[in-house]
Amino acid sequence: MIGTAWHRRIVLALPWLWTGLFFLLPFAFVLKISFSEAALSVPPYSDFFAYAGGAIVGLKANLANYQLLLSDALYVKAYLSSVKIGAIATFITLLLGYPMAYAIARAAPQRRNVFLVLVMLPFWTSFLIRIYAWMGLLRPTGLINSALLSLGVIDEPLLLLNTPFAVYLGIVYAYLPFMVLPLYARLEKLDPALLEAAADLGAKPWRAFLGVTLPLSRPGILAGCLLVFIPAVGEFVIPELLGGPNTLMIGKVLWSEFFSNRDWPMASALTVVLLVLLVAPIMLLQARREDAP
Amino acid sequence: MKPQRFSPAGVALILGLAFLYLPLAVVIGYSFNASKLVTVWTGFSTRWYGELLADSQLMAAARNSLVVALVSATLAVVLGTAAGIVFARFGKFRGRTALAGMIAAPLVLPDVIAGISLLLLFVAAEQTFAWMPGRGLFTVIIAHAGFTMAYVAVIVQARLKGMEREIEEAAADLGARPGAVFLHITLPMLKPALIAGWLLAFVLSLDDLVIASFVAGPQSTTLPMVVFSSIRLGVSPKINALATLIIVGTLVLLAAAAWIGRGALKMKTPRL
Repeated sequence: MIGTAWHRRIVLALPWLWTGLFFLLPFAFVLKISFSEAALSVPPYSDFFAYAGGAIVGLKANLANYQLLLSDALYVKAYLSSVKIGAIATFITLLLGYPMAYAIARAAPQRRNVFLVLVMLPFWTSFLIRIYAWMGLLRPTGLINSALLSLGVIDEPLLLLNTPFAVYLGIVYAYLPFMVLPLYARLEKLDPALLEAAADLGAKPWRAFLGVTLPLSRPGILAGCLLVFIPAVGEFVIPELLGGPNTLMIGKVLWSEFFSNRDWPMASALTVVLLVLLVAPIMLLQARREDAP
Repeated sequence: MKPQRFSPAGVALILGLAFLYLPLAVVIGYSFNASKLVTVWTGFSTRWYGELLADSQLMAAARNSLVVALVSATLAVVLGTAAGIVFARFGKFRGRTALAGMIAAPLVLPDVIAGISLLLLFVAAEQTFAWMPGRGLFTVIIAHAGFTMAYVAVIVQARLKGMEREIEEAAADLGARPGAVFLHITLPMLKPALIAGWLLAFVLSLDDLVIASFVAGPQSTTLPMVVFSSIRLGVSPKINALATLIIVGTLVLLAAAAWIGRGALKMKTPRL
């Protein structure tokens, strides 16, 4: 055992203190400021408490931001569209990631790690650079359009960049490793004897896949989908760089409320609602983590 | 089940890997293009690398990023190791699930949420204690250590679980005090995990745009922030050159991390 009660307490205190100070406390401030008003001051929001003679005499909290958030179609649409884009992109990532994970799990054992590293490596190289790479490919004068033009497939450049298509592509590209890893972990554990048994009992391969492999890999599917969906919903860089002016995502709205409009209270209220939206998927993911050995 | 050579899944794997790597290969290729027009190939040149090194704004941002990454990765290793020990060795304790959730949440939480919430904390601290006026690199360091420690914790926890406890127990039986056991037995055995964790934290910190944009002070612009504002204006050969350096640099660091942490960095764990 590492440590006596004394050592134990210090080791335990470190993560508690840190998360309390830099994870929990910040959310308390977001909540607090979401109830204040934007003001032309430094920092740009009104005071939460009403003071009189140096003592706090009351709260000046108001629900104006939340009222606006619910009544203004722009915000509601941005949330809905973020969830929609996140969900569709997650599904496409699953369709591509599942066969990849399956192939890795079925590969010769000495090759599996090589494939896994190959899938993981892009995740570690700069996110920004990976999105930038697609900007170069998708532009009207980019490689894809010039190739199609010179092959005579198209007569004029296709509009690829700054479209919803580019946003989906970007999310799938950026988060594919998150999907493949948990799927692989699940599929690798799958006992091949089960499939042999299904085959012996006369099941065709696709029937065995639907009846055995797919149900048994469900926890991996769930984990992979959550790992992609949660960050995708709040994505800022991808819709900003690959999406067009019509691509409405809450991360972009939040960013412009904060940096362009300098409306910190509204940005805080948007953050609170986004968090509430994501709490359920995060808890679901966390519960799955705790179950895993 | 025999592995088939040309199964549909195998084809998907090859296509998927091509999809992952081709865009990066194109960026690297065009960084050596002599032409200013990014997509017209006019010949091999290292001109853009020269211009990159002469860009003082970029170089200053790169210096900022390096300082932040070095310090925050070190902080993340200390915090992540403590967290890893807590989860691997302390068994059940009150609040375990809550703590695990709070440490793991930054792995999936959208960056905009982490960015704005930490900024509001720093602003409030500044008002209350006159602490860190104007914010600076220090605030970025704290923010980065917070989300990279989760990765270190995962690696350290995996390593501790895979480690034989007998050596630690033997040392304790022979009368070594807990501090000595940790210093002379546990820590050396953890070393590969710590180095791998440090390198990963370093790479992640270098890469962050969104959180840094919120919490950085006006004088502490980091490299991704400069790259972002330049990318917004369009594709440029200079950024291609920078991207190439970043891709090659991270690959070298990761190869080091993988080589050093062979045992520790088991890719099996889906608990990113």
